[in-house]
Amino acid sequence: MSGSKRKILIVDDSELNRSLLADMLEGSFEIIEAENGTEAIAILQEHELEISLMLLDIVMPQMDGFEVLSMMNHTGWIKMIPVIMISAETSGAYIDRAYDLGAVDYISRPFDERTVKHRVACNFMLSVRQKEMSDMLTDQIYQKEKDNSLMIEILSHIVEFRNGESGMHVLHVNMITQMLLEQLVRKTNKYHLSQADIRFISTASALHDIGKISVPEEILNKPGRFTPEEFEIMKSHTVEGANMLAAIPFRKNETLIKIGYDICRHHHERYDGKGYPDGLKGDDIPIAAQVVALADVYDALTSERCYKKAFDSDTAINMILNGECGQFNPLLLECLKEITPKLKTELKTVSLGANAENKLQDSVKQILRADKVAASHRSIYLFELERQKFRFLSDISGEIIFEYTSVPETLQFSEWCAEFLGVPVRIADPSECEEWTNVFPKEDFEKFLNRLKNTSPENSVVTEKYLLNINGQQKWSKVIAKTLWSDSEAEAPDGAIGKIVDVNDETEIMELLEKQAEHDSKTGLLNHTAAKNRIDTLITEARSRGKRYALAVMDLDNMKKANDEHGHLFGDEVLCALADRMRENIRVTDIAARMGGDEFILFTEYKDSSLPQIKRIFKRITVPFRNFEVSISMGVATTENFEGTYDDLFKMADTAMYTVKRGKKNNFCYFDESMRGLLESGEVRNDG
Amino acid sequence: MTVKECYEQMGGNYDDVMSRLRTDERVIKFLGKVVSDTSFELLTESLKNHSMDEAFRAAHTLKGVSMNLSLTKLYGVADKLTEALRGRSDYGEDLVPLYDAFKEVYLHTIESIKTLQN
Repeated sequence: MSGSKRKILIVDDSELNRSLLADMLEGSFEIIEAENGTEAIAILQEHELEISLMLLDIVMPQMDGFEVLSMMNHTGWIKMIPVIMISAETSGAYIDRAYDLGAVDYISRPFDERTVKHRVACNFMLSVRQKEMSDMLTDQIYQKEKDNSLMIEILSHIVEFRNGESGMHVLHVNMITQMLLEQLVRKTNKYHLSQADIRFISTASALHDIGKISVPEEILNKPGRFTPEEFEIMKSHTVEGANMLAAIPFRKNETLIKIGYDICRHHHERYDGKGYPDGLKGDDIPIAAQVVALADVYDALTSERCYKKAFDSDTAINMILNGECGQFNPLLLECLKEITPKLKTELKTVSLGANAENKLQDSVKQILRADKVAASHRSIYLFELERQKFRFLSDISGEIIFEYTSVPETLQFSEWCAEFLGVPVRIADPSECEEWTNVFPKEDFEKFLNRLKNTSPENSVVTEKYLLNINGQQKWSKVIAKTLWSDSEAEAPDGAIGKIVDVNDETEIMELLEKQAEHDSKTGLLNHTAAKNRIDTLITEARSRGKRYALAVMDLDNMKKANDEHGHLFGDEVLCALADRMRENIRVTDIAARMGGDEFILFTEYKDSSLPQIKRIFKRITVPFRNFEVSISMGVATTENFEGTYDDLFKMADTAMYTVKRGKKNNFCYFDESMRGLLESGEVRNDG
Repeated sequence: MTVKECYEQMGGNYDDVMSRLRTDERVIKFLGKVVSDTSFELLTESLKNHSMDEAFRAAHTLKGVSMNLSLTKLYGVADKLTEALRGRSDYGEDLVPLYDAFKEVYLHTIESIKTLQN
């Protein structure tokens, strides 16, 4: 491609063997070395298009030579890069297996300088010749297709110019035909249409009116109504066109001619059998002709003619659907409705040159795909260009951008990113690479890969936050990736590109705010709203998991006394001490919250009976604080045989507390059914 | 000592290596790499740990190296050891004499190369 030396990849686990080979070859080639299969695959990934030849050892640690060959078969590299095996193994089985897997040659040790040089040069020249041939082939196919389409277009334009039309009709029919057919195969496989069929039919659609060449110009361009005789002559253009094609000597069996014949002859048949010339009905009319007929009518309606003005697209569709312009296959009418929005925009943008070029590229692509010709220089060049652009942009963006390939699994960074993260530029099998899992914890990374796997071509973007270790610091990072699909039918993506954004500061602030919003600023306990949300969740879960909880609502009886006798600061200290005591006497999974003022709640799990627990907590929190007698009224309700929400449970506990408060205070009691009346009277809370 | 004399001392085939590698300089360069190669240490270590896969690879590498440099005598013992280790998953006492034989020739070969280098 460029003037620099061709690159050869030497894969051998012994440094001595590599340098021996390098020594022999470095005069004529640039040498890249890999010391095992995994490394070789990583290098291929990076340089696949630059490697002209590969020398491959068999017995190696990690991934042996045969595994490398299998991988190259899988990725298709084996078709582009000639591989010469080098090995001390001379057994026939080894040699056979290497050839079966696509190696081009086998050199056994000990190496002889002349042999190595000669075989490398030979195989290298062969592959270069092959690439040149494939380039020539591509160019020839391209040229041939171009000539073909050109001839068809000239032919059909002759008809149109005679008809006084712009020449756009052929192009429009071509395009509408193609879009209709593509929509049709999306809906049904009834007509067994391949991509090649679609290409043939849309190309041949240009021929639909060639029979008009035999219709006299006065009739063809008559602005008024036809006499019955004139109409008969006009109708004959179908049969005439078909006959013209059928009369082409020696070419009767060409697919294009056959399809062209069907289209010419039958594009005025009607689905109900009332058309001409043969009065065919339903699917007896060849599908090619059915589609072209519909395309023809749609374009005629939406274009200006000597006998009429142009209708807008919606009117045209309505006229067709109402059966004002003939009878069509209902399936095709559905297709037409579905492609209408796209049709409107596409037909506006169609221009003579662009359309031809589009089709040309499509068909060349298709031919190449069908024949499985290896990548040509042209595409390699374009690809290389894209790759360079990508590298440059990712380097200057100052962001962490990565490329992920699923088979063989590789992660790749620009040099800048790799250095920044302290990882290699290319990482084969990243889940097992310690340097990488130090940055992106293995478990998270695998979850991330799983999400990539579950994307689809339509829904290909994944965004997720992870705690990554960047430059020795734990940082919240947003990972955004888009999966790449070479084939929209494939089950899994080929890979992904993505970017890692530091959102640590943002996340920390959010977390702080969330925490602040949930907590009471004085005591640091949860506030009532946050506690209610959590408890509601636990109550719901408790039912399915058979867990039991007790809710305690409590009130400091003598808060006023603390404030009055010792000052507000002291009152605050009592509240804080109470909060500390609650925290110390519950499990981490339990919930303690301050409702406001001198009221608190506790929500705690218990096994058989909650009484010992409640007793213990009550005892601990009512210990005097610096000679100040802490007196508390506490009401308790449990979730046993309980069906309601947090609010219901709260009212029960609150009623129980109210009962204590009305009595001797500084005690606790459980809600029981005798309090039901009190609860329902609603006077509890009014008491304050 | 000349390269030829060194080969005689090691039990190698000087004519053969010259026909393939062409110059004394190149042969000396690669003999030097034999001295710095760590496959022998790997072989010894992996036999001690009974990690047979690695032992096989190390022996295989040594066999390839001796073949490339026409170290005929070393190749002989390396080949025997390699074949004894091929496809094997368990350590056995029968490997001891093969290893000892290899070690003797190997150390002698290294000795000879070092003499040549000085």
